[in-house]
Parts: sequence; structure tokens; C-alpha cells
Amino acid sequence: MKTVYGRPKLLKEADFHYCPGCGHGIITRLLMEVIEEMDLRGDAICVAPAGCGMLLYNYFEIDVLESAHGRGAAVATGVKRVRPQNLVFSYQGDGDLAAIGTAEGFHAANRGENITVIFVNNGVYGMTGGQMAPTTLLDQVTTTTPTGRDAGLAGHPVRICEVFAQLDGTSYLERVAVNKPAAVVKAKKAIKKAFQRQVAGAGFSLVEILSPCPVNWKMGTLEACRWIDEVMVKQFPLGVFKEVPC
Amino acid sequence: MSGNAALGEAAVLSGCTHYFGYPITPQNEITEYMARRMPGAGGVFIQSESEIAAINMVLGAAAAGARSMTSSSGPGMSLKQEGISYLVADELPAVIVNMVRGGPGMGSIAGAQSDYFQATRGGGHGDYRTIVLAPASVQELTEIVPLAFDLADKYRNPVVILGDGILGQMMEPVDFDGLVRPPDYDKPWALIGAKDRPAQSIYSLIFDVKLQEEKNWKLQRKFRLIEQNEVRFETHLVDDAEMVVVAYGIGARIAKGAIKRLREEGKKVGMIRPITLWPFPMQAIRELAKTVSDFFVFEMSAGQMVEDVRLALEGRGHVHFYGRPGGVVPMPVELYRIISRHYFQAHADDDRPQP
Repeated sequence: MKTVYGRPKLLKEADFHYCPGCGHGIITRLLMEVIEEMDLRGDAICVAPAGCGMLLYNYFEIDVLESAHGRGAAVATGVKRVRPQNLVFSYQGDGDLAAIGTAEGFHAANRGENITVIFVNNGVYGMTGGQMAPTTLLDQVTTTTPTGRDAGLAGHPVRICEVFAQLDGTSYLERVAVNKPAAVVKAKKAIKKAFQRQVAGAGFSLVEILSPCPVNWKMGTLEACRWIDEVMVKQFPLGVFKEVPC
Repeated sequence: MSGNAALGEAAVLSGCTHYFGYPITPQNEITEYMARRMPGAGGVFIQSESEIAAINMVLGAAAAGARSMTSSSGPGMSLKQEGISYLVADELPAVIVNMVRGGPGMGSIAGAQSDYFQATRGGGHGDYRTIVLAPASVQELTEIVPLAFDLADKYRNPVVILGDGILGQMMEPVDFDGLVRPPDYDKPWALIGAKDRPAQSIYSLIFDVKLQEEKNWKLQRKFRLIEQNEVRFETHLVDDAEMVVVAYGIGARIAKGAIKRLREEGKKVGMIRPITLWPFPMQAIRELAKTVSDFFVFEMSAGQMVEDVRLALEGRGHVHFYGRPGGVVPMPVELYRIISRHYFQAHADDDRPQP
């Protein structure tokens, strides 16, 4: 019988710590599938964040370096400048990249560092229990916006791809989602393209992934996946925001 | 050559391949020197967007196995503390230069010694120490740089070079001929990709508090080893001294001038100059206390190292203190007058209680 699908060899036999219905598990798996398909196990170095993605070294069968909260792009810069021949990517959440680490992400992008940022946008601080993120939608209820996010008080959701697209240093920016099978296939393609471009030396790439967080959104899994399509993409439209020919 | 430029050259000669820095006075000549020098030396220079980014670039480069360095001054050092804590926790080697200026806050841009506590107590969050080296001349600065890189690699711990704005900016003749590049250390822990080995990782997060405690004790054992092996200091005219000045860095240069004049007048004053501020020469000061009753601590701060001197003495000697905080650099004659007075009083007051 032909095997049509199996666990990626680069995904360790460990139980995920992610909550039920969380998108991180899909993204974790996609990354290992892509690296396996590209035969980059020996070249890949991941910079893991503080936040829900912080335990990636428990799952990845590649080298992983922990970063302080928000500093992933600076840490990845340091690694890449020593090991330009390696595939170096940071995995960062919305609080990590769009709040505490905006400067580090923005300037790595602006320098055109030949790294890839995997940016997981689920609109909340997951690990700390569901507080407002820079990407939380207006009127969205979180533990620190108990009556919904008020623009006058807490500002507006930050669109990273659109902002980074203005920087001359960025090479490839795409926003995808992992809320349904077709979207997951697209997300995988985007990750692969970003990595291929890094290998080709094309410069800074970022894949923003809209990811469900049913527990902190106080929704069922299906409801959360539908909410991405029906609500979240209006603020964060999917698509390629920049692709400089390489 | 200025101290800052000499430091940059010494770093390159010591095998530093990656420098990341953000401009701040009074250490800009280091950043500028590295910008000019690194590309030709086959190294990497990045002017980072912040001190925070710089120290995290250092962390990334160190994790990938490179000898890397950053430099800053007071306010910028405060920003680097997060990264330094992670470097210690990850057991990564790095050299961090602080050309101290007067604080707190924006403070002044003149040389000072007010970051002693920050440097010697760890500085960031968590139970840790960094090795702290305090040169007193431009020539010594160039000798301390290779030592800093060597100690960092040897113990897998960040090393802080604690200079000051004067040392960084003053011009003195420098001889690089004696500079021996420290040996390259095997770094099997470096993250270079899992090509011919299992995947590995570097991280500081350990949720299990018992394992976290174990990791902390492991770090502490390393710190005890450093305390045993790496104390460095210099003594000056202590054999017959009745009063010993304790001063470091540029402060010790000023004190030396004052002591010269005191000696000419027959006053038996000597000096001990800690070169490692951590580990501090506790034992050496305790030994001196067997023959010396009075210790005169001079710092260009409101009094920080004086606490370590008191800890070292544990009440075995009288401790006198004179400090000028904020970036004021006293002339030797000022210090001479103050030490003279204390010396006279110590002799005059025969009835004072024994320490």
C-alpha cells in the first residue's frame, strides 16, 4: 500500500504542549515537513521565542536557540552573520514581533538580513493567558480589554506585512492562515518559498500566519477557524505583499 | 592611540570576528574603529538599532561559535542587562565593554566609576556574576582584551571590561607586539546545524524548579572556580605601609600621583589596585590587614567598591572613603590633601577603638 502521508521525521516523538485547536501545532509540523523536503536538517537553525512557541526545541530535530522575548530577529541576525551558509529562521508571535520586538524585527527587515521570520498572528497573548496583543481586533474581548479593544485607549491592530512592505530591505512577505486544509497547503507553500529564497540569498522574508487560539478566544475549534475567515481576514487580508524577483 | 581605538584593535588581534554596537558617548571611537577595521579583517560590523539589539546579536553570534563583542556606556549598559542575563544562563562567551560615564539617568558624558555595582553584582535578573576587568592605562587595556576573550571562552561566561570615559578617550602610546591571540576553544555546543551530529539546542527556560535550582548550583560552582583562579590585583608600596589606598582603573592612576607626594613627605601610604573587580581580591586585602590598620578607598562614585572592601575586612581594619560621583575627576593634589588628613587623624587618634 502506498503511504500518502506520515509524520515528518524531523518532528520528535513528543506530545505538543499546545492547547486543543491551537494552530501552532500545524505550523510546527509544516516547518519540519518543509525542511525535510528541502533536505535542510543539517543546515537549519531555528531561533525560538518567548511565548507559545518557546518549546520548539522539544519538537524540532534541528538546532534551536532560545531568544529573549522579542529579540528573535536580532538573535537570528547574529547567528546568520556567523553562519551565512545556514538556513536561519525565527519563530515569533504577535506580542513578540509586533510589540516588544518591533524594533528588532523592523530593523532586521530594513537591513535586508537574509533570514526568515515565521510570524504567528493569533491576536492574543496566548502563553500568559489571553491578554491584548498588538494584533487584537477592535472590540475584541481579552483579559486586558474586558469590554473590547477600544482604539482610543489601546490603539489599532498592527498589520506587520503591510508595514514591512514599505521597507526597501524586505524581499518576500506573505500572509497565510492555517484554519482549513486548503489554507494549510498555501501556508506550507509560502514557508517553502521563503526558505528557498533565503537559500538563494534573496534577503529578508517573512510569512505571517493567522492561527486559531480557541481557548483564549473563548470559542470552539470550528468556530475559531470560521472566525478567521469571517472576521480576522478583514483586518488581515491574505496574500503576497511583496515578492522582489530573485 | 586613544583607549577606545586601542581596545578595538586589541579585540581584532584577539580573534574577535563579530562586533555589534550602538553609538553612545564616551565610547563612540570603539564603534567607529570597528566599522573601519572589521571588513578588512574579514569580520562583521553591524551598527545595531539599539543596545538591546546589539547584545542579542552578540548572543546569536556567540551561540553560533564566534568570538563577539559589544561596547557601550552607562545608559546603554542598562539596556544590555537583559541580554547579559541570558548569556550567563545560556553559558555563552562574550566580551562587553562599559566605558563608564556619570549617572544615574542620562547623567553626564564624563568618565566615572558609578557602574561598579551593576557590573560586579550581575546587573540583570537572576543569580549570577560576570567577570569584571578594570584596566588603568591604555596599554593595560590592550592586554586585558585578549584576557577577556580567553576567560569568556574558558568559562563560557560573559566578561565585562569596566573602563571609563577618560581611559577610553585619552591618548597614550601602545605596543601591540606582546599581544598573544588567545587559543581557540572547541565549541561542540555551538549551533551550526545538525549536519553530522544529533540536533542540539541552547536555552535557559527550565520550568521544573528543582532542575532550575540544579542549573543554578552548577553556575555557582563555576563562579566559585573563577573566584579561586582568576583574582588579579596589583600592589604598590604596601610592604611598610600604615595606610593602604584601595582604588581601581583611572582612580588608581590619580591615587598613585597622590601617594608619590605622600611618600616624599615620609607618610607610609601604599595601594592595592584590584584588576578583577569580580572576583574581588578579598583574600589579598584580608592579608594586608595583618599589618595595615587603615584602608582608604577612593572611587569616582558615591561609594560602591568600598562595600566590598568592608566585606573583605570583616571589621579587621578602619575603612576611610573619599568619592566624587557624577563624572568629576579630582586632581591628585585633591586626593593628596584628603589622604593626608585621614593619615594624620589615624595617627593622632591613638585612643580610637580597635577595629
